[in-house]
Amino acid sequence: MSKKTHITLKVNGKSEEFLAEPRELLIYTLRERLNITGPHIGCETSHCGACTVTVDGKSVKSCTMFAVQAEGAEITTIEGIGTPDSLHPLQEAFKEHHGLQCGYCTPGMITRAAKLLEENPAPSEEEIRFGMAGNICRCTGYQNIVKSIQAAAAEMNSSQSSSSEAVGHKTTEAAE
Amino acid sequence: MSHAKPLPHDAAALHVTGAARYVDDIPTPAGTLHIAFGLSEVAHGTLDALDLAQVHAAPGVIAVLTAADLPHANDVSPSAHDEPLLATDRVHYIGQPLFAVVATSHLAARRAARLGRAEITKAPAILTIDEALAAGSRFEEGPRIYTKGDAEAALAAAPRRLQGSMEIGGQEHFYLEGQAALALPCDNGDMIVHSSTQHPTEIQHKVAEALGTPMHSVRVEVRRMGGGFGGKESQGNALAVICAIAAQQTGKPCKMRYDRDDDMVITGKRHDFRIDYDVGFDDEGRICAVDFTQYARCGWAQDLSLPVADRAMLHADNAYAMPHVRITSHRLKTNTQSATAFRGFGGPQGMVGIERVMDHIAHSLSLDGAELRRRNYYPEMDSGTPPETTPYGQPVTDFVLRGLTQTLLDSADYDARRRKLAEWNAANPVIKRGLAFSPVKFGISFTLTHLNQAGALVHIYQDGSVHLNHGGTEMGQGLFQKCAQVAASRLGLPLEAIKITATDTAKVPNTSATAASSGTDLNGMAVAAACDTLRGRMAEHLADTHGGAATDITFAEGKVTIGDKVLTFAEAAQSAYGARISLSATGFYKTPDIAWDRIKGEGQPFFYFAYGAAVTEVAVDTLTGEYRILRADLLHDAGASLNPALDIGQVEGGYIQGAGWLTTEELVWNDEGRLTTHAPSTYKIPACSDRPEVFNVALWKGANPAQTIYRSKAVGEPPLMLGISALLALSDAVAACGSGYPALNAPATPEQVLSAITEVQGT
Repeated sequence: MSKKTHITLKVNGKSEEFLAEPRELLIYTLRERLNITGPHIGCETSHCGACTVTVDGKSVKSCTMFAVQAEGAEITTIEGIGTPDSLHPLQEAFKEHHGLQCGYCTPGMITRAAKLLEENPAPSEEEIRFGMAGNICRCTGYQNIVKSIQAAAAEMNSSQSSSSEAVGHKTTEAAE
Repeated sequence: MSHAKPLPHDAAALHVTGAARYVDDIPTPAGTLHIAFGLSEVAHGTLDALDLAQVHAAPGVIAVLTAADLPHANDVSPSAHDEPLLATDRVHYIGQPLFAVVATSHLAARRAARLGRAEITKAPAILTIDEALAAGSRFEEGPRIYTKGDAEAALAAAPRRLQGSMEIGGQEHFYLEGQAALALPCDNGDMIVHSSTQHPTEIQHKVAEALGTPMHSVRVEVRRMGGGFGGKESQGNALAVICAIAAQQTGKPCKMRYDRDDDMVITGKRHDFRIDYDVGFDDEGRICAVDFTQYARCGWAQDLSLPVADRAMLHADNAYAMPHVRITSHRLKTNTQSATAFRGFGGPQGMVGIERVMDHIAHSLSLDGAELRRRNYYPEMDSGTPPETTPYGQPVTDFVLRGLTQTLLDSADYDARRRKLAEWNAANPVIKRGLAFSPVKFGISFTLTHLNQAGALVHIYQDGSVHLNHGGTEMGQGLFQKCAQVAASRLGLPLEAIKITATDTAKVPNTSATAASSGTDLNGMAVAAACDTLRGRMAEHLADTHGGAATDITFAEGKVTIGDKVLTFAEAAQSAYGARISLSATGFYKTPDIAWDRIKGEGQPFFYFAYGAAVTEVAVDTLTGEYRILRADLLHDAGASLNPALDIGQVEGGYIQGAGWLTTEELVWNDEGRLTTHAPSTYKIPACSDRPEVFNVALWKGANPAQTIYRSKAVGEPPLMLGISALLALSDAVAACGSGYPALNAPATPEQVLSAITEVQGT
């Protein structure tokens, strides 16, 4: 067995400290050590995006990053983006615009989308399509995922421009 | 009324927050053990010995199981008892499980599994259709043949005739959640199994056989799957069974999930086919006769290959009335993964065959593909023209494609775009565009008639809240929400009053797989029956108490109205409870009017047909063969939709999955029989950037003439075949490069397209 390394990192604002083998992958740290099971294991080769989390402001496929590489990092998972009682506009939009079916890709998809909208708050449809190309969905055909991100972007931009009056976010209408 | 509303998926709020639990997310008891299989590295041979010393010695290993350690049945086949869980004396494909490692962690089990050494005396492996034909390696004694009229004579007499052959590749399901199971041993030898399966009853059945217990000792629960697509109809058996056996032997909970590469190497995929055709037609393109020979590569075990191959034969006509037809089907046994159910279940392959024929005829007559297809359609429902029969003798009485096609071609601006496209192609030597139309007619019902049954269990509690359970499984398609909508409508309650619960073999027994698009048709009706029973009991009690007729009592918007008296549903439930009225009921449904002789190929296998049509436009770079889908217009028949939002989701997702199958998703086996495309790095699933730039999707407005739940239609599988239009659009674009017929095989990868371009340019 390899020697264990002391690791400290912050997940969804909470500090975590533990000893781990250098080969422990971040997705195992999150799911098995910290019981944060929103990020899913899909392919374990960084192609499908089900395990996407944000590490120090970058979208990362946590199945191919070692926990030791995240030493000192701030990590956000889907659990840190919103809760069922207080949904992030992206979460609300994915729900109301049917941006999911089986839901397995959804946590990674929304985590990536949140980062995309930080990088580019008003993306074109094409920018969304290429900005999300690293996250595979096998169910939806992506149409409603793109719609959801567009709706969330519009919502976030309008609530920002309407300044202090906007508390929380409006409920979006059901699609179709 | 709750049904017909475009409500979100029932678990949407859980999914978007990461709170929805899949098997791998269920918190496990301390001491849970994990399992991995050691796999065959040889495609065919005799298993002489297994050296597992290093496996036993590896860190974290608790036990290593081989076939000899299995106490009872060593079989995970859903059909012919020809699929050992662990190999015995022979190995049949690269990836076949030889032994199982039980260890303290998932990774410890996987690492140890790599250390096993198998001594195998190699035998010649049969990998291809040609090799299987030459060796006579097949399931069933010979080919199945369905006939209508006299194809041979009609072909000889036909004014025009064409022959050809097409290879159609298989498809990996790539459910985002891989196969997984968790077995929890209980007292008295009982077992609870959580499985990512479309078929809980079969898991229960196979686990019980393997444990040597009656089925009553095994309870299987499925809350949801992360996608199924047919890949979890039978392929979850091995994981559930080995977990249960290991749990029985160790007394500890045991869990297994396949790593993605293992999943792709071990489990079956869509059947690849070769289809030969010989078609006779007149100068207007009307088909006089067609003779198909379908070769299905079934892999090493029978699994569901016979009904899959049957369904390919049953869709060889697609939407076209043809007077003389012969369909010959060879089910070939090869040393590869055992091909299995995949959305459409053989139907798509059969349909690609006839659509290829249509494409070939249209090219030979220089006739528009949409026009040619319409000339060959079955007669429209209610048109006054008597219905015609399929090649298997079922009259097509509900045909709507004539009207649906016209509506789609108009909304897609087909004629004008066809003209523009010709201008584009005349002006552009490098980028060629292609446009194609294709229809879908898909038969709804399990062809194995006894599977067309379902049950439901509904409880009403004293506070008026409702517990809903049925035999169907949720894999993202929205079945649970649709059934809850049915229950809410029947009981006159808001949807929030209905608790959707996990599929559980202890609540509803003897269920069929959630497959064949039948989930809502069967379970929705069973739910309605259970709710109607309960409502009837409550109404009779209230009529007794308050006077009036039970039939005059209404249930709506959470209220029960008895003449002038209005009770809340909760008050009504409380009153019924106080009067000792049973507030728990089962519901049962069986599809009427179906009968089928699969050997003769005669009867009424389908309760009704679902229809749809698509127009796809592509652009092809003739220098590289690369292409993009520019626009897709889909119009699909979901009857009187129970939930238009969920149904549109099925249509969009089905189209993309179908287009992926026929374009980029290529499975490659090397000369040893090893699947070399065993991860998404080498197997190209459509990504967000691959979806059509313009994507117009709509539902056809029309109720199902068959008496289904609220006159809706099944929608799971049929839209997949709308993707055939993408393949045909590529054919159209390639045809613009020269005078020859492109004769594309599927998947039409860029390499295929480039080679076809070279071919047509040379003719």
